[in-house]
Amino acid sequence: MNSGLLRELVKAQATGRDVVLATRLSDGAQEILDAATPSSRLVAPADASAAGSLADALRTGTPRTVETPGGAIFLRPYIRPPRLIVVGAVHIAQALVPMATIAGFQVTVLDPREGFATPERFPGARLVKQWPDEVMDTLAPDRRTGVVALTHDPKIDDPALIASLESEAFYIGALGSRKTQGARRERLGALGFSEKSLQRIHGPVGLPIGARTPEEIAVAVLAQVIGALRG
Amino acid sequence: MDSLRHTNVDPVLAQAVEWLDQGRRIALATVTRTWGSAPRRAGSHMVIADNGDFSGSVSGGCIEGAVIQAALEVMESGAPRTLEFGVTNEMAWEVGLACGGRVHLLVEPVVRG
Repeated sequence: MNSGLLRELVKAQATGRDVVLATRLSDGAQEILDAATPSSRLVAPADASAAGSLADALRTGTPRTVETPGGAIFLRPYIRPPRLIVVGAVHIAQALVPMATIAGFQVTVLDPREGFATPERFPGARLVKQWPDEVMDTLAPDRRTGVVALTHDPKIDDPALIASLESEAFYIGALGSRKTQGARRERLGALGFSEKSLQRIHGPVGLPIGARTPEEIAVAVLAQVIGALRG
Repeated sequence: MDSLRHTNVDPVLAQAVEWLDQGRRIALATVTRTWGSAPRRAGSHMVIADNGDFSGSVSGGCIEGAVIQAALEVMESGAPRTLEFGVTNEMAWEVGLACGGRVHLLVEPVVRG
């Protein structure tokens, strides 16, 4: 690998540009491809199978080897990490945010309340001190985004959940007892969300591992989020 | 390149750039294909510096020693190599994967340019 190519890869990741590094395994010849430049000297424009593999690699982030007339080409995508939007800068969030960050998620914490989403409580985290109905449009959850609502407060949680249900978010979770979940389903159902749609909301949130402390609940939530992403 | 930490940059690639900036020679090992219960997925990286320092992993620790050796060799030769590791035979001293998986690797020198 050429050091210039390595720097370009790193720059692409730092600037959020989704790219694929194509490497011919026979001699190590390499180049960087992306959706705008899907073909090259390694991957011929007419090679529909290779082009399909490239598009798939960019979409899923999964590397693969494609056979081309010029030999086997290894496609290694570098795509933006999955996102996790944490609604509620509460005690569980203080454990969940660093854990999810270590696990490779790009985490955003959302809480409009004074004193909650502060840098002191969430060192280094992306903090948004606004109401979900003001910012969920901008955050625009997509199929690589998970959303977990932790406030217990319908004024904050519900708008975030509504925006998530209207998106392709791969995971939606909401803290709360079975009773709270029932009341929430009734409120959202009254807004026109179908039972099937509401089943997308994981609640009570997290894998059932008997978690008791905020830290243990964060582990249960993160495990469920990863299960939804990889499952 | 401390600024690359805590961003979306693969930490192994960030380490690679940091070592390059320090004037060290490096090589990059990448898992290109796996079969069975290989512990690290295709695309996993390990970067190796000319003094044997390394970061990242290409297995659960079973073959990293052999990969470091191959990395030092490609730094000398300047040419990339592909490597293949299979299941360890417990009766032999060969390097392999105790987990029963099989992996293909690309080990390439990072050359200035």
